Amino acid sequence: MKPFGYQRPATVEAAVEAFAATPGARYLAGGTNLMDLMKHGVETPAVLVDVSRLPLDAVEELPDGGVRAGATVRNSDLAAHPLVHDRFPVLSQALLAGASGQLRNMATTGGNLLQRTRCGYFQDTSAACNKREPGSGCAARDGVHRDHAVLGHSERCVATHPSDMAVALAALDAVVELYGPEGARTVPVAEFHRLPGEHPERDTVIRPGELITAVTVPGTAAGRPSAYRKARDRASYAFALASVAAVLDTDEDGTVRAVGLAFGGLAHRPWRARLAETALLGQRLTEEAVARAVDAELALAEPLRDNGFKVPLARNLAVHTLSGLAPARSPQRL
Amino acid sequence: MRPTATSTAAGAVGRKPALGAATERLEGRDKVTGTARYATEQPHTAPDCAYAWPVPATVAAGRVTAVDASAALALPGTLAVLTPDNAPRVGESDDPILRVLQDHEVPHRGWFVALAVADTLENARAAAAAVTVSYEVRPHDAVLREDHPDAYVPETANGHPGRRERGDAREAFAAAPVRVETSYTIPPLHNHPMEPHASYARWDGDHLTVYDSSQGAHPVRTALAGLFGLEPGRITVVSEHVGGGFGSKGTPRPHVVLAAMAARHTGRPVKLALPRGQMAHVVGYRSPTLHRLRLGAERDGTLTSVEHEMTAQTSRIKEFVEHGAVAARVMYAVPHSLTTHRAVRLDVPSPSWMRAPGEAPSMYALESAMDELATELGMDPIELRLRNEPATEPDSGLPFSSRHLAECLREGARRFGWHQRDPRPGVRREGDVLTGTGVAAATYPVMCDPASASATARPDGTFLVRIDATDIGTGARTVLAQIAADALGVPLDSVAIEIGSTRLPYGPLAGGSAGTASWGWAVHEACTALTRRLADHHGPLPGEGLTAESDTTEAAEATPPFARHAFGASFAEVRVDTVSGEVRVRRMLGVYAAGRILNARTARSQFIGGMTMGLGMALTEHSTSDAAHGGFAERDLASYHVPVNADVPEIDAHWVDEVDTHLNPMGSKGIGEIGIVGTPAAIGNAVHHAIGVRLRELPLTPDKVLAALR
Repeated sequence: MKPFGYQRPATVEAAVEAFAATPGARYLAGGTNLMDLMKHGVETPAVLVDVSRLPLDAVEELPDGGVRAGATVRNSDLAAHPLVHDRFPVLSQALLAGASGQLRNMATTGGNLLQRTRCGYFQDTSAACNKREPGSGCAARDGVHRDHAVLGHSERCVATHPSDMAVALAALDAVVELYGPEGARTVPVAEFHRLPGEHPERDTVIRPGELITAVTVPGTAAGRPSAYRKARDRASYAFALASVAAVLDTDEDGTVRAVGLAFGGLAHRPWRARLAETALLGQRLTEEAVARAVDAELALAEPLRDNGFKVPLARNLAVHTLSGLAPARSPQRL
Repeated sequence: MRPTATSTAAGAVGRKPALGAATERLEGRDKVTGTARYATEQPHTAPDCAYAWPVPATVAAGRVTAVDASAALALPGTLAVLTPDNAPRVGESDDPILRVLQDHEVPHRGWFVALAVADTLENARAAAAAVTVSYEVRPHDAVLREDHPDAYVPETANGHPGRRERGDAREAFAAAPVRVETSYTIPPLHNHPMEPHASYARWDGDHLTVYDSSQGAHPVRTALAGLFGLEPGRITVVSEHVGGGFGSKGTPRPHVVLAAMAARHTGRPVKLALPRGQMAHVVGYRSPTLHRLRLGAERDGTLTSVEHEMTAQTSRIKEFVEHGAVAARVMYAVPHSLTTHRAVRLDVPSPSWMRAPGEAPSMYALESAMDELATELGMDPIELRLRNEPATEPDSGLPFSSRHLAECLREGARRFGWHQRDPRPGVRREGDVLTGTGVAAATYPVMCDPASASATARPDGTFLVRIDATDIGTGARTVLAQIAADALGVPLDSVAIEIGSTRLPYGPLAGGSAGTASWGWAVHEACTALTRRLADHHGPLPGEGLTAESDTTEAAEATPPFARHAFGASFAEVRVDTVSGEVRVRRMLGVYAAGRILNARTARSQFIGGMTMGLGMALTEHSTSDAAHGGFAERDLASYHVPVNADVPEIDAHWVDEVDTHLNPMGSKGIGEIGIVGTPAAIGNAVHHAIGVRLRELPLTPDKVLAALR
């Protein structure tokens, strides 16, 4: 086999240095995705820099009522944390909708954001895949692509991002904290993942050697009605056919003051539905208004040969989830 | 092989029968503590053991023009790379898929074209990845369609007549006052047992020993003997513990041939465990099946004609035709019947047995069509089935050895609360959820094969029973010990049993729900003979004990003319989410008439395990034929959706007491497969009852359900 090194630095700075010191290094956290990819020969790291035991496992309350989750906080711990569970139910629900109990116990906040697509051709080194091997082609376009993207895909790549958590974070205006050779910076989750364009090999805007250190959820949405809804082929341990994360703020008569809406399972990144959000701002939250707004967003969809069902599915999920967040006394509540 | 129960107790006075009790698995403790050894976990692994990793073809059809192993051979630890050019030549085989690396043809994606052997598993994997194979690619055709010009009617479908006709079904259908004409589609399905197909092969001089994850050690030995030109006595095959098979380990598979080849080629013991990602293409699967049915009936529900035509795929190298139109030959009284199997040879992996081959797909289609007929008639679906109960087996005219389908339907209806059911479809709404209930019948044939066993009374008062039976997780080992204990009239804990090796008296494979009947008969005979010997024996037993042997060849083959089948009734209640199109089962019930139930605990496991697999067939499981690239798209357990715990709600299995004296000394019918048979139709019928739309293509995933709801 191809031998690889293993290092377990004690600090974030040392981890970033270790990464920079060896071309072909990879950060290892929960390993739930990276280990599989190594076994498949998709990833062949020269060295694994194990960051799972860095002191990044705290969940803290922020002064504005938000939450800061360290990069190595396990998905199961984050889902169960009272700050998350009580103030941002959409995040808790999204985390619990992901993977299986065993995987959530291993998977980390940072690793969840950086997991790779589950496109079968990406994972099969004998297949053409521009994401794995730029320029080799895209086997999924003509192949089996029921689970693939309907929004924002390119000629080069039709893969989806598999995370549930990231969809909720995108809707919550969460921010990724990064630390790298050039120091610390932050990127909104909604802008962290890329569309494939000409470079599907780049999943995110992360720079070489950068390490996710934390994710912060601002307090703005704390306590607002929010929900995550995922449709899948079986009741657990299945990726989203489509999912939606919704966060809503209305005044007493149901007029929308703020709304966060994001789709999962439809695109190369969590799809923040800005068009729909804009259309809803200042509107009474009626089912008709929601449907119009969602339709405006999904008008952007370009389904492939065999995944057109995702559009009406996502529409249903979004309309139903948002309408369900309307104040209880609103007559439009389903 | 290892005795799994020993004791010194032998008091036989006032003993309760062992059979029927809910006895725990004898090897249960070994399994939960990890000491039960599966094929490649043998504690005596040789220090020089090598590891093999196959190289699958990456094209859908063609020919290997070159295999460049130089890079692989240059890697550290690589011992050999076997290719079609240098692999040991093997002899003939009844099964062409076993003649691996013998020529350059690539009949389908995933066919093995090379084998890397190295000193460690990781090095073998890396070596396999470094092998470069060149192909001459030819156009491929890997998707089944009904109008395929190459479709043909085979003489037999998995041993059943390809076509059967009684009366004139077409004319009778045309004349029927009530008619249902319908079609169903079932996708490719994969067995995916938890333990992959795996072997540990070792040559000692010219004696080959193979530890193999197989449903039958003797059939593996027979195949290896033919391929390697050895007397069977020079081959030992051990399958002591097997982590599931569901039919995919019922025939020998290429991995065992490759392991033996690699061990011979390198002169070292070799382990080969198939990676999950390769399994979908080389260990069999249930062919996709396309069904057309036409049912004709009188207005009172009396069937006048049944036509069932099924189309399945088979590979270019081996004909295996799913017998997915046989159910109508067994199920209902009808004067005119036409059942036809069609097959299409494609550039696809060879299909094979998967739990209830034939019965599972044919009963999904027939029992869905019966539900459609009940709807058409405005008749209760249970009533419709009772109306058409036959006096004799429709196809053969033979009397049934026993048939208690009606009792299963009635008992199931009582337990399930069927009689409170509102028959109207699409009217039960709980918020966004529509609910419905469905019922379907189940059937599976009773088979029995010859076997041999030995029983020994030991001087310490214990007994040893030996037979090459295979316990693939069913509880066979335990049930055979129970049979022995009752035949000997001794407590269960004084019986030790050895199974799972060709060193033991011959037993057939664990398949066709026939294992317990076949092995059990031989065990019963050996123990009965031993009891007679003991009665004639006076004085202490000799040091080696006293042994009796059995061979049921004559008895098992001299069966009187009866139609032998198990029957059952499946009930399901589903919730259909109208927002997401997700279907989830709320509760399931199966009631079975399967002869005498020999172990209440393991029987229940078999029933609910089969029902769970039926739930998967109905709602979650499917493999996708990759039209563009060949092979199947789902090649891991993340994408091939077997049901998980969250999918399986309240699930219950019961059985009616059935006494059948025309079977075997135990009076038992097989129970390993019937659980899957009625479940998919029951769930599909419940979905129709819930939403008022008939979905005719499995599985009922959100994409299909949502389209129907719109």
